[in-house]
Amino acid sequence: MLLIRCPYCEEERPELEFRNAGEAHIARSTNIAAESDEDFEKFFFIRSNPKGIIFERWRHIHGCARFFNAVRDTVSDKFVMTYKAGEPKPDLAKIMKTDKPAAVAAEVDPQEDKTKKPAAKRAAQKGDA
Amino acid sequence: MAATHRIAGQGRLTPAKTLRFTFDGQQLTGLEGDTLASALLANGVHLVGRSFKYHRPRGILSAGAEEPNALVGVERDATRKTPNVRATVQELYDGLKANSQNRWPSLSFDVGAVNDLASPMFSAGFYYKTFMWPKAAWKNFYEPKIREAAGLGVAPDQPDSDHYSARYEHCDVLVLGGGAAGIAAALAAAETGARVILADEQAEFGGALRFEAGAVIDGADGWSWAQATVAKLAAMDNVRLLSRTTAFGYYAQNFVGLVERVTDHVASPDRDLPRERLWQVRAKRVVLASGAIERHMVFADNDRPGVMLASAARTYLNHYGVAVGKNVGVYTANDSAYAAAIDLKKAGVNIAAIVDLRDNPSGELVEQARALNIEINHGRAVIRTAGRLRISSMTIQPKNGGGERTIPVDALLMSAGWTPSVHLFSQSRGKVAFDEETKRFLPGAYAQDCVSVGACNGTDGLSASVEEAYAAGAKAAKEAGVKAGKGAKPKVEASESWSRGMLGAGPGAGPDTTVKAFVDFQNDVTAKDIRLAVREGMRSIEHVKRFTTNGMATDQGKTSNMHGLAIAAETLDKPIPQVGLTTFRAPYTPVTFGSIVNHGRGALFDPTRKTAMHGWAEAHGAVFEDVGQWKRAWYFPRAGEDMHAAVNRECVTVRKSAGLFDASTLGKIEVVGPDAAKFMELLYTNPWEKLEPGRCRYGIMLREDGFIYDDGVVGRLAADRFHVTTTTGGAARVMNHMEDYLQTEFPHLNAWLTSVSEQWAVIAVQGPNSRKIIEPLVEGIDLSDEAMPHMSVREGKICGVPTRLFRMSFTGDRGFEVNVPADYGQAVWEALWAEGQKHGACAYGTEAMHVLRAEKGYIIVGQDTDGTVTCNDAGLDWAVGKKKTDFVGIRGMMRPDLIAKGRRQLVGLKTKDPKEVLEEGAQIVADPKQPIPMKMIGHVTSSYWSENCGRSIALGLVAGGRDRVGQTLYVPMPDRTIEVEVTGTVFFDEKGERLNG
Repeated sequence: MLLIRCPYCEEERPELEFRNAGEAHIARSTNIAAESDEDFEKFFFIRSNPKGIIFERWRHIHGCARFFNAVRDTVSDKFVMTYKAGEPKPDLAKIMKTDKPAAVAAEVDPQEDKTKKPAAKRAAQKGDA
Repeated sequence: MAATHRIAGQGRLTPAKTLRFTFDGQQLTGLEGDTLASALLANGVHLVGRSFKYHRPRGILSAGAEEPNALVGVERDATRKTPNVRATVQELYDGLKANSQNRWPSLSFDVGAVNDLASPMFSAGFYYKTFMWPKAAWKNFYEPKIREAAGLGVAPDQPDSDHYSARYEHCDVLVLGGGAAGIAAALAAAETGARVILADEQAEFGGALRFEAGAVIDGADGWSWAQATVAKLAAMDNVRLLSRTTAFGYYAQNFVGLVERVTDHVASPDRDLPRERLWQVRAKRVVLASGAIERHMVFADNDRPGVMLASAARTYLNHYGVAVGKNVGVYTANDSAYAAAIDLKKAGVNIAAIVDLRDNPSGELVEQARALNIEINHGRAVIRTAGRLRISSMTIQPKNGGGERTIPVDALLMSAGWTPSVHLFSQSRGKVAFDEETKRFLPGAYAQDCVSVGACNGTDGLSASVEEAYAAGAKAAKEAGVKAGKGAKPKVEASESWSRGMLGAGPGAGPDTTVKAFVDFQNDVTAKDIRLAVREGMRSIEHVKRFTTNGMATDQGKTSNMHGLAIAAETLDKPIPQVGLTTFRAPYTPVTFGSIVNHGRGALFDPTRKTAMHGWAEAHGAVFEDVGQWKRAWYFPRAGEDMHAAVNRECVTVRKSAGLFDASTLGKIEVVGPDAAKFMELLYTNPWEKLEPGRCRYGIMLREDGFIYDDGVVGRLAADRFHVTTTTGGAARVMNHMEDYLQTEFPHLNAWLTSVSEQWAVIAVQGPNSRKIIEPLVEGIDLSDEAMPHMSVREGKICGVPTRLFRMSFTGDRGFEVNVPADYGQAVWEALWAEGQKHGACAYGTEAMHVLRAEKGYIIVGQDTDGTVTCNDAGLDWAVGKKKTDFVGIRGMMRPDLIAKGRRQLVGLKTKDPKEVLEEGAQIVADPKQPIPMKMIGHVTSSYWSENCGRSIALGLVAGGRDRVGQTLYVPMPDRTIEVEVTGTVFFDEKGERLNG
């Protein structure tokens, strides 16, 4: 059973308290109704499924109930880090510098950095979440 | 029978403490501290079972957890029977009843042994090729027969009456394995003050010191040192000792699963004690001290009872005081077997001969054996054995061929060397590396915060092992963050050291004759089978393993894997590492379902949810149905009524007068805040901004893909407050869905979500008399149609209790849903019931609720929809806000396939014969005469007998359904075809006049 650090509770808690919520940094368009079929397909259906580092969402469902983001290695299952929803996507090169070979970073499918129309009111999106 | 093979003055058991037990009904005695295996051997019993496939007589191979042969059934009573117990692990208790397995009619005369003669039919992979024709016979004849003939014990036929428990634990240093290395590591860690757990699978700590007679540590013999040191550890507050505890699985982040056998060794267990206890330990550091397992020699007929591992014979002698034979042969490629011969000889047992495959064995143990005048035949091999139920002789030959010689023996000890137990290391995802020089796999790259010490790390010799382990224990404690105290390192003054040995088959194993030289005893896999697998094209050891089943029995190949690998490598003419090692998986040894499930049985298997009115429904004879975790009243039969009659009466009564229905299980979410309406706009298809406070709306929630996810009536209590209801089954996921969007997509919205499902009890009062029933009890709410029209909500009091009163209907008749705080649910229900009685109202259950809503064509999400149904498909386009520019699902529902023509649409179905009730899930076709497979154009989603309509009614999803209204379609059933007419979805009161009736 994994130990996961909730960035809100600031504690490592057992996996049982959490629920995975899929890949992170996939932004829902602010004008989704006008999206092309291709863009909607990318947004809704296509996921990176990398061997190596993945950015994913978790919810501390049996704790504070907050959604947050995590960087995890899908080979070792090890969590590299967790961070709050809305915080920017961490720089992989920087976080991997310490203990991972560069090859791991190369395996990551650089998440299509959707050009987000920065809607003024939108403090954070699932994209940044 | 007397304990004929117990030698006075040998071993550590107390002769006065005798225990009685039975084996296959025969009364025997053993001593306290015996295992079932040692007690049987003390009585001269070697034959304990029949093999899996060939039914060959089998004896006791080992003295530990690796045992592949000596599997027996142990039973206390009808509800406490355990099959496939390793006799070498089962501790003896007074009154123990054990039975042999896989034999009929008896162990010594087993009809199934005919398989041994027919063995050419059962070679590796036989089930893939031998019994393939005719095809139908596989399922009906071959497979059942083969399954009947093969196998081990019989599964118990009654529920296990024992109970099992579980504990979580945390520690700084977890030491797995309580031999010399494990004890030394635990001692070093404990002396620093670290929280230490030391676990070992055996009853007493000491590991190989159990048999290693030559060890001296800190001035005491090895075993005594171990007991003294463990006693010292037991007295320390920071140490937990777990004996009889097997670490079976090593999971992520130093999470280790262990199972403690609490009462399996006790004659009359206290029924309050669990039989086993599951420990789930999270350790900062793990020290693996799992030791090594001796391998057998692979030669013809190496499986006869009486043929066993040399270290096992030594354990039986030095610990249990049991001689495994009176005239013992030894076959080895390794020094350690000499120690067994020497100990037995010194105890007065005749050693017929040592047969050593090596050309020039030398060293201290060899010299000692010579000095004791033991005959040593070096450069020779045992090429076969004789004896039906017990070995009677071994035949030896120079290993490169030459004259044979047969030597009578009644036991044969063998040792091909030692395999480090890297199972847990490998489970931790560490990578093993092959050591060419010593021909063994050793821990290589580590994946977790653990360290291997002693024999499992390939460290040879007691002195080096203890040194390494002590240092590792201290280091682990330091790494776990414990500031050091300090103790004294144990000093090993004398120890044994062994040289290497061999992998693979010896000269007596073939090549490719009909001999059976067993590699895997438990699955009856021979050297020949492995060679055959390679010849038939298996190249990877993973394929060889699956084709031959080598290492796939419950012992997981503890003795066989390395031999199998070496034979495959030799046949392939490749180095061992290139052929590969199979993956080690949990559990290390078999684990009971009981310990895994532990407390989670019966009522504790899954929570049961009951509404506030459950007790009333129970008292009034309700039959309940499970809806998720909820118990819901299904129908309320009166005397003499079956379900059909009760449901018919309830349906008619509701429409004629009124009915009370417990709707408490509906999910309820309160959406509150200045942006509550904006949030609702985004989560539901409907428009909400303009909904006036005090009014309700039927809302539909989509997923982003455009399909219906949930529905429910939403009441707007105030400008900034919505009372949202969800389906019973959808409550939790709808809440999660809402939270997800609120937290991560729309965090700019100032709104709060609160699950209030369990705060409110909900009593639906439905029917023409519903207002009359609630009116006398309600205060502060004007119930007139003008003041409180259909689809409105008011706050006030009922029976003096605060209520949120909804005017809404899931029946099509005038109706109310009375929400009251759950604590008052039953009291208010009883008051309403009393009023209802005056008007001839009834209580109705979920079945009537379903019928009534189907009469009106109201859908149930999850029954009439299945996650691929759009609003348009369900005929609910009216609920989608046409002017809205965004809501979850707005883009998904515009996908080409979701707006294409010919999608399945919800329609009504009337059978031509009004008495015929369709089966839910039945398929619908346009032309019943078409050839099979027919083109299915839809299916029935809901179907009932409607007493109110006087006929059957059904809803279904049919391709292009709304254009087919009036058409006749067909529902093919196994015995007939049913004609149906496609209709609209409303069967009763099509104009909807009764809502105000």
